Amino acid sequence: MKRFKGFIKKEFYHIFRDKRSLFILFGMPIVQIMLFGFAITNEINNVNIAIFDKAKDEKSQEFIQNITASNYFDVKQLIYNQKDIEKSFKKGHIKAVLVFEPDFAKNLIKEDKANIQVITDATEPNTAITIVNYISTMLKKLQININKNTAIPYQIKPTTRLLYNPELKSVFMFVPGVMTVILMLVSAMMTSISITKEKELGTMEILLVSPLKPFQVILGKVFPYIFLSIINAIAILLLGYFVFGVPIVGSYILLALETILFILSALSLGVLISTISSTQQTAMMISLMGLLLPVIILSGFIFPIASMPLPMQVASKIVPATWFNIILKNIMLKGVGFKYFWKETLILLGMTVFFIALSIKKYKIRLE
Amino acid sequence: MSITIQNISKSFGDTQALKNVSFNVKKNELFGLIGSDGAGKTTLFRILTTLLIADEGTATVAQYDVLANYKDIRNHVGYMPGKFSLYMDLTIQENLEFFATIFGTTVEANYDLIKDIYEQIAPFKNRKAGDLSGGMKQKLALSCALIHKPKVLFLDEPTTGVDAVSRQEFWQMLKKLQKKGITILVSTPYMDEAELCDRIALIDKGEILDIDTPMNITNKFNRKIYNVNAKETYKLITDLKNYPNSYSVFPFGEFIHYIDNNDNFNKEELITYLQEKGNENIEISQTKPTIEDVFMDLMQ
Repeated sequence: MKRFKGFIKKEFYHIFRDKRSLFILFGMPIVQIMLFGFAITNEINNVNIAIFDKAKDEKSQEFIQNITASNYFDVKQLIYNQKDIEKSFKKGHIKAVLVFEPDFAKNLIKEDKANIQVITDATEPNTAITIVNYISTMLKKLQININKNTAIPYQIKPTTRLLYNPELKSVFMFVPGVMTVILMLVSAMMTSISITKEKELGTMEILLVSPLKPFQVILGKVFPYIFLSIINAIAILLLGYFVFGVPIVGSYILLALETILFILSALSLGVLISTISSTQQTAMMISLMGLLLPVIILSGFIFPIASMPLPMQVASKIVPATWFNIILKNIMLKGVGFKYFWKETLILLGMTVFFIALSIKKYKIRLE
Repeated sequence: MSITIQNISKSFGDTQALKNVSFNVKKNELFGLIGSDGAGKTTLFRILTTLLIADEGTATVAQYDVLANYKDIRNHVGYMPGKFSLYMDLTIQENLEFFATIFGTTVEANYDLIKDIYEQIAPFKNRKAGDLSGGMKQKLALSCALIHKPKVLFLDEPTTGVDAVSRQEFWQMLKKLQKKGITILVSTPYMDEAELCDRIALIDKGEILDIDTPMNITNKFNRKIYNVNAKETYKLITDLKNYPNSYSVFPFGEFIHYIDNNDNFNKEELITYLQEKGNENIEISQTKPTIEDVFMDLMQ
């Protein structure tokens, strides 16, 4: 036990004396959560648009006022002829142009239908689609306002409710996602690097030729990162709650236990990587390419798994982060109990046991 | 016997690192393994310290078999690998304390053993190992390898990359350790260090060339060696090599060591030959063979 304590003390010296690892440990979570929370978002705010109003009547003006009153759009430019549309898109400072047909109000009232053309810059497809959706919604509202006094027969009125994330905040999705990424990064990459570092410096030779048992070395290497990962997880949740208002609806204890399970699976992956790489650089490359990328792309953190092609859907099933993401969203956003995600937990547990067993089997008690 | 090695062979792919190596190291002996880089010294050390498994042969260290009782060996040997394997971001004191704890002891418990060595670096005990000079790193690594009072000490090229003064001090320390009852197996590429060992094994390309005391090894050498000197050393070497009776020629410090094919070597004849070739200030005198002379001869 004393040996083990001495070993862990040494590990903490390593971690706290290396500025780079300190940054990855404590700077990265904050930077990532801020980046994903503020910069990378699916919502649109203050999008610059231009208006080509061929009608210039009361109805078109009313609609334009509606648009400017919302926070979503800024009318940056008024266009007076067809050619200028293309020109302003090419300049690149506007994302959409609204074209009102001549006699907009007249057509609306007399012929019961009027046309607005929405032209968007689809170099950013997501933004383009969102803009179109927003404008259509606004149009519908306007229409309802106009028809307020006339009774329309056979009307179907959808009443929508957005469960668990009523304001459709993308940060609700990113906080659990970033948590998976950070825990993977800290646990797997940092452990694999710290173990291969001993190999590279030759100190592993001395550790092997010592009474320390292999599992003591591994545990000693892994333990500080369990501790630091838990601190990181707490920091991310606090940041999410206080800065972005992401709630934790479900049980804290359940969340803690599931998080520790995921940390263990990531750590065992880190140990596994260290057994197959001999230099810190290889360990880092394998961790980045083999772990971080799948976690970001395949875990359903950014891209929905259901809309992936079949081979990628299958691949996403073998990424532990996929299951942890589901569990996290269940606990944090839905607040449901264990019976709703025991299957995912079991899969994660199975993976963890498998990785631990494999890395113990692969761990070398000699140099070859 | 502290170390027994019987018919050990080891290959890495196509290269055979050790060929049928056998020798014994007695208890309390300072035994040197002498050979150039790539001779197989490190491989042998790693087999004895249970880091590698030999393809053939058996070995014991402190009566423990390297295969069956590898765990016992790991408890009872001190090992200093080729590069000073210390934690560069830990201070001298932290390094020492760490190695003491993982061997289940304390710095205080075995302080008398490392006292002489550690006192030299103690003034810098709060300096990080990475900031130390080669000589200080070496002393720290030795202290760390000794802190658990090992029965057998393995030192793989401990003096490589260390200045001449530190090298000398280091060998004095080894002599002292030997007196405290520790068996030491040390490897070195420096022939001058060989003379400081009780017995040595000369190793080249994975084969043991000879095993004996340094004195016996040089005494066994039955050829006469001459120190030759002249104004232009390079010209002298080429001319000596072209001399019909030349057996071997190689530079040794400020002289050229020359061995003649004939037992009744005619000094005057060689001087005349060299003068004819245009060498000036020629000096020739007989000298005693050194380990290096024997080694060069055995390698031929």
